[in-house]
Amino acid sequence: MWIEKQGNIIDFTLSSLLRRKRKNLALISVYMLVIFFFASVMFFTHAIKKEASIILKEAPEMVVQKMAGGRHELIPLGYIEQIKEIRGAHSVKGRLWGYYYDPVAGANFTLMVPGEGEVEQGGIAVGKGVSRVRFLDEEDEMEFMASDGEVFGLKVKQIFSPESELVSSDLILISEEDFRKLFGMVKGVATDIVLSVRNPKELSTIALKIAERLPDTRIILREEMLRTYEMVFNWRGGMMLVVLSGTLLAFIIFSWDRASGLSAEERREIGILKAIGWETSDVILMKFWEGTVISVSSFFVGVFLAYLHVFFLSSPLFEPALKGWAILYPKFKLIPFIDFYQIATLFFFTVVPYTGATIIPSWRAATIDPDSVMRT
Amino acid sequence: MNMIQLLNIRKVFNMGRPNEFTAIHGVSLSIHPHQVTALKGPSGSGKTTLLSILGCMARPTSGRIMLFDREITSLPERFLTEIRRKTFGFVFQQFHLIKGITVLENVMLPAYPGGEGYGALRKRAMEILDLLSLSKKASSRVEWLSGGEAQRTAIARALINRPSVMIADEPTGHLDSRLSQEFMQIMGRLKQDRKTILIASHDPIVHESETVDRVIEMRDGRII
Repeated sequence: MWIEKQGNIIDFTLSSLLRRKRKNLALISVYMLVIFFFASVMFFTHAIKKEASIILKEAPEMVVQKMAGGRHELIPLGYIEQIKEIRGAHSVKGRLWGYYYDPVAGANFTLMVPGEGEVEQGGIAVGKGVSRVRFLDEEDEMEFMASDGEVFGLKVKQIFSPESELVSSDLILISEEDFRKLFGMVKGVATDIVLSVRNPKELSTIALKIAERLPDTRIILREEMLRTYEMVFNWRGGMMLVVLSGTLLAFIIFSWDRASGLSAEERREIGILKAIGWETSDVILMKFWEGTVISVSSFFVGVFLAYLHVFFLSSPLFEPALKGWAILYPKFKLIPFIDFYQIATLFFFTVVPYTGATIIPSWRAATIDPDSVMRT
Repeated sequence: MNMIQLLNIRKVFNMGRPNEFTAIHGVSLSIHPHQVTALKGPSGSGKTTLLSILGCMARPTSGRIMLFDREITSLPERFLTEIRRKTFGFVFQQFHLIKGITVLENVMLPAYPGGEGYGALRKRAMEILDLLSLSKKASSRVEWLSGGEAQRTAIARALINRPSVMIADEPTGHLDSRLSQEFMQIMGRLKQDRKTILIASHDPIVHESETVDRVIEMRDGRII
């Protein structure tokens, strides 16, 4: 009987909503749009942070950079031997990497020397983003201008499509000889030094020892990189939310106005329902279902569209703001990560107040005397 | 046994304010079952107010109401609503149908809070519409109905909860003579079905009708 009653009242609620089709559709559209924007930012920030953390998992545990005048400088390879002497440090290697401005694409590429023998002299492996802007296929030649002005070509041996394009879209892998020639970098120096630690508990001890032995260096731990990424994406997400909060405010005013003010027609109807035998609680129940149908359907459609927007269409609306300054926007599809806690928060801050806003005025209207209908 | 009994009923509106107004002055009245009773009198004579009190829609300021010899004057709103829903069916002067939904939905509306299954409810509503020659209009919206059809829809709605008492307030107020007579014929049929009928009207077609068993005349909130 209880279920039948709910069913009957929901049935009437739905036909009531259809009667005011235009008004309710406008409301649902605005509601949905707000949810869509917020959910998109949430999905995006969360997924991108997850993605970054996955990538960084494979990053070296520790990076040692030489500093001069507060800035990062090339590090002598001789430092490697000194670090190797520290117990617990292993796989100590020099890394060569840098940025190259390509005037043809008008973009900065990241150049990196991989492990020995992975790229032979005269060849390169490029990321998807590089191949896209430079229209490169395998076996094509890409021209570079060295620091001494000499122009030389390197053959594309491979176009890689890694797990995530987020950091590798603008990447070019190059041999050590070509790298040194391009940047005019002498032998015996590297961009930085990376190393692993046998026992993760000793990370900070080893970092301290390196800092003591090589006081002109700065040590960066993987955890710190992760934190920086998190902060950057949180900050960007936060910026977007600040911008969107204006929209949210407008929506709150709009929905409050729509939900809390009952039209004369709606008041008349409530009077009729009371006169024909509906209780105050039945009227409130009907208005509760009305608010719930509008807010829950807008919420789920909004969240669904945000999911499509972020994970299938690569968030075209937020790309520039959220992915940062890189000119080669990675054309990547994020792996869907959903934080249900965030969804629940969004639900709580949108659906609950809206439903409440619809009930209060109805309750006021529903307490009118049923005989008011007889007197009109 | 009396169906409804009113004992020394007084109804005052806006009590204690400058615009205080006494609509009913100490009325006592018994309504007999299975009869058609008409309340007659000019506008402002207190017919509608007395009808709302009889139908448990409004509470009297003082006095007692007995329904089937049970006192219901001071029952909480919830119980009064339930009594109203189960015992009374109302036809209003303006019909007060809900626009934008169908005739069938309007008819079923008073039964929704009762929690009856949709299928059974729909079947009963269709039977009532059939009795009132409205089954063809079941899926029409109420705003497309003629005056007579709207009135029959209002009657069908009043009948959906199988009430023992029908209450009609100025039911012929917006109808021409032919439709007014048709209304009284329907009331005659309901009387045959052992319904108790209360009609407030100043229309001679109503109180001169053969269907009406008793006419109560009112003036200035008193029975004369």
